[in-house]
Amino acid sequence: MRIRFRGTRGSLPVPGPKTVRYGGNTTCIEVRGDHGGLLILDAGTGIRGLGRELVAEGVASCDIFITHLHWDHISGLPFFLPLFLPGRRVTLYGPADPLNMTGIEAVLDRQMEYPFFPVRAAELSADLECRTLADGETVDLGFARVSPLLMNHPAPNFGYLVQCDGKSMFFTGDHEPFVNIYSPEDRDFEMYASLVEQRNRTILDRLRGVDLLVVDAQYTSEEFAVKRGWGHGSMDSALEMARDAGAGLVVLTHHDMERTDEDLDELEARLRARWKGSGVRFELAREGMELEL
Amino acid sequence: MNDDVRRKMLEAVERMPAFPESVHQVVELAGDINCSQKDLVEVIKLDPVFTLKILRLVNSPFFGLSREISSISHASVYLGLNTLKNVALGLAAVGAIPKSASRRMDMGAFWLHSLAVAACASMLGRRLGVPRDDAADYFAAGLLHDIGKVVFALYMPDEYATIASECAEPGTVLHRCELKTIGITHADIGGLLAGKWHLPGELREAIATHHSLGDGGDSLVNDCLFAANQISKKLSFGSAGNYEVEPLPPGVADRFGVTMDELVADLPSLGEEVENARIFIKLGEAR
Repeated sequence: MRIRFRGTRGSLPVPGPKTVRYGGNTTCIEVRGDHGGLLILDAGTGIRGLGRELVAEGVASCDIFITHLHWDHISGLPFFLPLFLPGRRVTLYGPADPLNMTGIEAVLDRQMEYPFFPVRAAELSADLECRTLADGETVDLGFARVSPLLMNHPAPNFGYLVQCDGKSMFFTGDHEPFVNIYSPEDRDFEMYASLVEQRNRTILDRLRGVDLLVVDAQYTSEEFAVKRGWGHGSMDSALEMARDAGAGLVVLTHHDMERTDEDLDELEARLRARWKGSGVRFELAREGMELEL
Repeated sequence: MNDDVRRKMLEAVERMPAFPESVHQVVELAGDINCSQKDLVEVIKLDPVFTLKILRLVNSPFFGLSREISSISHASVYLGLNTLKNVALGLAAVGAIPKSASRRMDMGAFWLHSLAVAACASMLGRRLGVPRDDAADYFAAGLLHDIGKVVFALYMPDEYATIASECAEPGTVLHRCELKTIGITHADIGGLLAGKWHLPGELREAIATHHSLGDGGDSLVNDCLFAANQISKKLSFGSAGNYEVEPLPPGVADRFGVTMDELVADLPSLGEEVENARIFIKLGEAR
């Protein structure tokens, strides 16, 4: 299994001279099987370049798994070239929107609605299929199996476990560590603690022993302390998750849009010093970075 | 209206259920961007009916969760504050109203009509530049504008059945039949009930006067509600027993600057908005 990071930013694309090495595009990850199968995780702006390459390669079909519908994870979708070409097949997978009672099929309809976009979804030439996924089910693509798991974010949001060629990776989408909303002196503290523990256990069980964990680590611990409820984790909480799950390698991604290349270098150095000797192997995601499992 | 009818009506209003405090509180909390998850959970938990509705929704196939959610605390850990807050708000809109007003009243059709007027009034408000938050009040006015009919159907079923059959004749207008037969209209009764429920003054006023607009000087919400009511009847979204589409009074027509047909053409997503809100009606009316 080969993984290539096409976009590593959270919230908004940030192109420019200060974001050259880690990249400026928002989340998109390309996953290829050893025998040529392809799947894509998220459709942030990083998917645009990938789409052009897929057209040049003549790839006839692809499967895109959307974690959730926040802009930074879907904004590249209307610019994904294969959607505009006849004879191509694109399958979109993702969570339902329970408040509007719609499935993932509504995502392109809404994004490409007039006056937001000049082309309507109905005018796309590719053969588009949509499949709304449920928490805990498994999609078998033949060369790989993909299982969504509900994470903690201010929207229905999946993490995806990908099993392929005897290897496995888990991509958290966006995720904030659970907290107990009660104080220790409150009557419901114990009950809530057990629910939180149950949720943590479910997630850890799913990603236990994965070869690669790609995880949202938008904040430092200091930033996280004042941004609780925003739906993202810290670099340290991501590494703790990797340690507890026994992940082989962890890649920290969803870099905050304010960070320059120098900021990220500095944060990485501090993190390496703090986690030295812990046995946790980690990298910071860089746009264009390739990993082979 | 004679004193006897008035006394009977006031008694009927008194017998209607109270508007749950928890619903008020959820609406208030949801409007506060800094509201804590704990506060929201605590408010919802205190109301068993509301709790049950939320659990039914989160356990419905739309969420597709792999395990059953058994409590509001559980739902808050599973779904997070934002989703829970939005679910609660959607359900709050219809939470306070009796499910089956009468064997003689088709509640499914009634709710569909009310919902269409709600969605349409809110869209018309936004069209006139009303901010999105305030448009929620227009939605509430639409949803509750005919609530007086429920009081009639519950507590004066025989008289109301007579009125309903008279009103099936083309050219008759329901509230005029009510005035003739009972001496008071469903709008008057709705206004009294809104008073009992301590609903905001503008909402109470909109419900009480939704059939008696002048040629100007009426509030924006009243004008939107009147137009929305006629549009929903014209497009046959459900029915609340009144089929006569009344023309827009000059004051209302001036406000929108277009004819009713042009207004309808300008609301192409109305059907979709009504469809989207249906699930909340289904769950909201469940007991």
